[in-house]
Amino acid sequence: MKVQLTINGYKKEIEVKPDEYLLDTLRNSNYLSVKRGCDSSSCGVCTVLLDGKPIASCSYLSVKAEGHEITTAEGIQKEAAQISAYFGDEGADQCGFCNPALALTIYAMKRELSDPTDEEIRDYLVGNLCRCSGYVGQQRAIRAYLEDTL
Amino acid sequence: MKINNYHKVNTLDEAYALLTSDKSSSIIAGGAWLKFSKKTIENAIDLSNLNLDQIVETKEAFEIGCMTTLRQVEVNKSLMTFCNGVITKSINEIMGVQIRNIATIGGTVSGKYGFSDLITPLLVLDTKLQFYKNGIITLEEFLNSKDFKNDILVKIIISKKIGKAKFISMKKTSNDFSVINTAVFKNKEECKIAVGARPNGALLAIKAMEFLDNNKTYSEEVINECASIASKEIPFGSNIRGSKEYRIELCRVLIKRGLQEVLK
Ligand SMILES: Cc1cc2nc3c(=O)[nH]c(=O)nc-3n(C[C@H](O)[C@H](O)[C@H](O)COP(=O)(O)OP(=O)(O)OC[C@H]3O[C@@H](n4cnc5c(N)ncnc54)[C@H](O)[C@@H]3O)c2cc1C
Ligand code: FES
Ligand code: FES
Repeated sequence: MKVQLTINGYKKEIEVKPDEYLLDTLRNSNYLSVKRGCDSSSCGVCTVLLDGKPIASCSYLSVKAEGHEITTAEGIQKEAAQISAYFGDEGADQCGFCNPALALTIYAMKRELSDPTDEEIRDYLVGNLCRCSGYVGQQRAIRAYLEDTL
Repeated sequence: MKINNYHKVNTLDEAYALLTSDKSSSIIAGGAWLKFSKKTIENAIDLSNLNLDQIVETKEAFEIGCMTTLRQVEVNKSLMTFCNGVITKSINEIMGVQIRNIATIGGTVSGKYGFSDLITPLLVLDTKLQFYKNGIITLEEFLNSKDFKNDILVKIIISKKIGKAKFISMKKTSNDFSVINTAVFKNKEECKIAVGARPNGALLAIKAMEFLDNNKTYSEEVINECASIASKEIPFGSNIRGSKEYRIELCRVLIKRGLQEVLK
């Protein structure tokens, strides 16, 4: 089946199988910031934005995305770099595997919640697991990023 | 899950014809849970084009289209205050936003999942379901029946009854399934108590509800007794998340806390 997707602002027509997940479609199309972790909707490293909202691409069929706008970390490079700098300052990451998904989720959160409390930030990011950081540094980095950029 | 043919239908008639055309046809909502299924689906029927992802608020009820995502329900302003935000609270505890932006209320109710955190509070509210062929039935009727397999759930209708409600669940980590979940509702006319993740599907604690309805005052003893009746009447089982004995104890404590909250 052919699906029309808008990926990072560019219209694409891609051949997919009816049971193909968006994670595979995107990785096969070289959007390699989208990672495969658990492949069962639990870790969040496959997060992409669908019409601006974070979804787990490992659990979203590509055919369902027909006509929608998809954003990967490649599409928000400036913001992702900015967020990463705050993470660096706070020692909030190590291997970096979770970072593209986290940057996308923070990007979406900033647009969805006007002035989130620490609890709202934690709630919003509960689906983004990180094996390395312990989350406290991340929380500090996100708070600083929001305070400087909101 | 394997899918042979995918159909984005344009009418419910078309969806129904496909659903009944082959035993291995299936409605696909968010598809998040179906992903784990070992089934081969001959015709996957997607209702995304039918405008069924809306929450319509009338004077009497919230009418929620089956394709509305859990996140849409969670952030609905009116539902945040309806019955102390009991629905919002229950959804807020389900996984992360990434899944709540995919999973739908229709897929949740249709699946009748034992672990569901949403079905339990829906059971203590006046929740009705509108099916394409079978019309409107109560949620309780649906949960107790096997008759609706070949029908399409169109809407979930929640009456705006006034009262206080509380949802409390016990999870080992925030991204896990509940070991048990409970919901209580109270207004002048009635008290409703439901227990889910037993680990089987949610049930009303009828004897405990009758006990409370027959009491005029709600002393600590009455609350304790009501919680104890609920924990004895509801059948529990064991699974990897907890033993039957643990669930009985948790049930008593969570119902007690819920009642203390709604009887304040
Ligand atoms: C990893 C993971 C963790 C989860 N954890 C929790 C949790 O902790 N607590 C909790 O409460 N829930 C949890 N859920 C379940 C989730 O909340 C949804 O209930 C579930 O994903 C089903 O919704 P869906 O839209 O994905 O349905 P689908 O997977 O698309 O469909 C589910 C079933 O419903 C049928 N169906 C769907 N729509 C209709 C319709 N309109 N008419 C008739 N039949 C229909 C389908 O044919 C299928 O059999 C979890 C889900 C996942 C994937
Ligand atoms: S790979 Fe999708 S949530 Fe883990
Ligand atoms: S920095 Fe390694 S998983 Fe998050």
